[in-house]
Amino acid sequence: MQMPLPSAKVLAEKALIVKRLRAFLPRDSVIDDPAETRAYECDALSAYRCAPLAVVLPRTTAEVAACLRLCHQMGVPVVPRGAGTSLAGGSMPSADAVVLGLARMNRVLEVDYANRFIRVEAGRTNLSVTGAIEGEGWFYAPDPSSQLACAIAGNIGMNSGGAHCLKYGVTTNNLLGVTLVTMQGEVVEIGGPCCDAGGLDLLGVVCGSEGQLGVVTEATLRILRQPEGARPVLIGFSSNEVAGACVADIIRAGILPVAIEFMDRPCIEATEAFCHAGYPDCEALLIVECEGSPAEIAEQLGLIRQIATGHDPVEFREAQSPEEAKRIWLGRKSAFGAMGQKGDYMCLDGTIPVSALPMVLRRIGEISREFGLEVGNVFHAGDGNMHPLIIYNANVPGQQELCERMGAEILKLCVEVGGCLTGEHGVGIEKRDLMTVQFAPADLEAQMRVKDVFDPKWLLNAAKVFPLDVSASRRG
Amino acid sequence: MKVESEKALVEAVRGATRPLRIVGGGTRPVGALAGDPLQVAISGISLYEPGALTLIAGAGTPLSEIEAAVAAEGQRLPFEPARWGAVLGAAGESTIGGVVAANVSGPRRVQAGACRDSLIGLRFVDGTGAVVKNGGRVMKNVTGYDLVKLMAGSWGTLGVLSEVAFKLLPAAPAQATLVMDVPLTEAAKVLAAALGSQFDVSGAGWLPGVGAIVRIEGLEQSVTYRAGRLCDVLAAWAPKVMREDGAGLWRDLAEVTPFHGRPGDLWRFSVKPSDGPQVAARLGGQAVLDWGGGLVWALVAPGTDARRLAAPYAGHATCLRGAFAAFEPEAAPVAALSRGLRARFDPKGLFNPGKMG
Repeated sequence: MQMPLPSAKVLAEKALIVKRLRAFLPRDSVIDDPAETRAYECDALSAYRCAPLAVVLPRTTAEVAACLRLCHQMGVPVVPRGAGTSLAGGSMPSADAVVLGLARMNRVLEVDYANRFIRVEAGRTNLSVTGAIEGEGWFYAPDPSSQLACAIAGNIGMNSGGAHCLKYGVTTNNLLGVTLVTMQGEVVEIGGPCCDAGGLDLLGVVCGSEGQLGVVTEATLRILRQPEGARPVLIGFSSNEVAGACVADIIRAGILPVAIEFMDRPCIEATEAFCHAGYPDCEALLIVECEGSPAEIAEQLGLIRQIATGHDPVEFREAQSPEEAKRIWLGRKSAFGAMGQKGDYMCLDGTIPVSALPMVLRRIGEISREFGLEVGNVFHAGDGNMHPLIIYNANVPGQQELCERMGAEILKLCVEVGGCLTGEHGVGIEKRDLMTVQFAPADLEAQMRVKDVFDPKWLLNAAKVFPLDVSASRRG
Repeated sequence: MKVESEKALVEAVRGATRPLRIVGGGTRPVGALAGDPLQVAISGISLYEPGALTLIAGAGTPLSEIEAAVAAEGQRLPFEPARWGAVLGAAGESTIGGVVAANVSGPRRVQAGACRDSLIGLRFVDGTGAVVKNGGRVMKNVTGYDLVKLMAGSWGTLGVLSEVAFKLLPAAPAQATLVMDVPLTEAAKVLAAALGSQFDVSGAGWLPGVGAIVRIEGLEQSVTYRAGRLCDVLAAWAPKVMREDGAGLWRDLAEVTPFHGRPGDLWRFSVKPSDGPQVAARLGGQAVLDWGGGLVWALVAPGTDARRLAAPYAGHATCLRGAFAAFEPEAAPVAALSRGLRARFDPKGLFNPGKMG
């Protein structure tokens, strides 16, 4: 992975930068000892590492603003970090960067049930947002797999999704407002508890901008009442094609489940060996979850059974109890861990039109044989967001590169059939160099113009998202 | 000038020497209307995949054509786009590009999100004449910056839309409307109780002469069940349940029918839902509430500065008809960013000059 050369001037000024940061930050908020900065050398894309110049852990928006103002003034690159769970390298540092971590900003600031929102500091973890309101029967909908650890700040940066976004939408659909600090240290309030933006929808473009437009320190989030109940059904099929066709039929029938999850044979076998969820021996399976009262769930599951029966399922298993529901979800939730037992893996994240599902799965199988690396598919089928997991061995020289080349082939295929490179993980450094596959120069130029406005010096997380040669003239 | 293809649009923009007024169907003449008219008539549905719940159409496609096409497959645009022609006294047929440019969403916004939430991709021509695409035709897409949202509601000031892509939803086979005869002052409390219930409310508003209305949609048995439970929740306000919307209450709400043909200035306030009735009362009480109280349509005497009358309020007001700036001035740092974006996307200041500030 190519990264820009660190600025010699910044590296040489490390002591001065740290001293100036300490002038307004408490002692424990500035980390500069190389033994300690190493803890921040990577995120969940751990194949790539680089210890930063220093790390700051501010406790207030004013401290964040002061840090950014100083770095802007001294020309120091800044890499914002929520909880460091990015799978795309979104918070991977460079040697000349100050990592600005939000871990200490995790308070709940306001809960307003009458107006259905919660305002939190952005370092708060996703799951603990729901934790603050579930006692009253409410929840925050976006639920990325990493929700126990990941921070709202990172969710906003990457516009994170989750298994239940088929019904509830992703982060951008549940975000009402942010406090954003620009690289120049200016505090900007965007959006809020009222419905629409007054002028341009800046909130819409900040969400998903991968920490390149500013640092989000506070967020106003839409909250929802928990449904009365939820129940999954597991349906086994004799081929990927049939499972794909069943997904399309469920959607066409006007049923809107909260989740439709898909697993193929390699994944089913791996999870069975790993956690013995009792999945059927079949080529593909769907887990479909419906919500509501018991009678409403029964109505929806009845329709789904009718549709599935038309596709000759190998098995149709409705959860009759909370224990059975848990077992149905067990395999799906253990899938990444199970595939991890087979070796190192790379998790892709392309989205495709649902109609292209069977064809893309077939092609992925062919690509897998061509490259000689095993691949398993487990993903959100309702919205076409795929997660092929390519198994490789990082200790065999050349295998990581081989795996990356194979991943690139699959992502190009996603774009070719009308889809995109990433559905919920973000571009980061991982897919940066593939952006030209999806976008023409004018498309990228328009996006970079937005960064020009928010961060004219291109100091904020600048070596991400856009191919280095495309952004070179701007990064200076 | 009228353009019927993206290519013609590019030529029109490249050849422009004077500011342009971007027009779709001409049914939302809001704010400054300066410049030579450029009518976008790039029309037609280029892709519709009911099985994938996706549709792509030219920006100049009539809204009615899209609604008819998806209705034929038992689907719909989730955000319930509203026509404003009658309330603004503007003839013509709303186009889908106009709906996007104004980010128009109807009552279902409280459940299904705004227009911008269903919009998954678009193409536009910027002020330099370059064609830009963003998003695509898939439902989940975080590849690069989300210019789709930025363009929605930008009123043609950043670029001229040529194509838009949406995700759709199945149309609900059944619905029920609960009607409660409550005064405006009590509306937000009733609507908050409904929206804060577990019963998945898909509309919550207040109409003069009718009262508070709450909608539930979905499968037949589910609607029956939820309407019953919601009646319990709202029992204090004695709801009446209507299984058919024969009177077209939701259309009245979306299109603000009570104000059709009425004289006076027309304003739209976006506020915290619980503040809606108070703001409406300060404006004189000639109001329609949508989005649980978060959207206030108000009719005031000509020449009234409704912003001053309604203050203090958190939110913003749009003057749809009257002698005041259509869009509320923004806080300085936000205004600076917006100005910066307009300058980058439309460096010659060609598009809808003065409309948004």
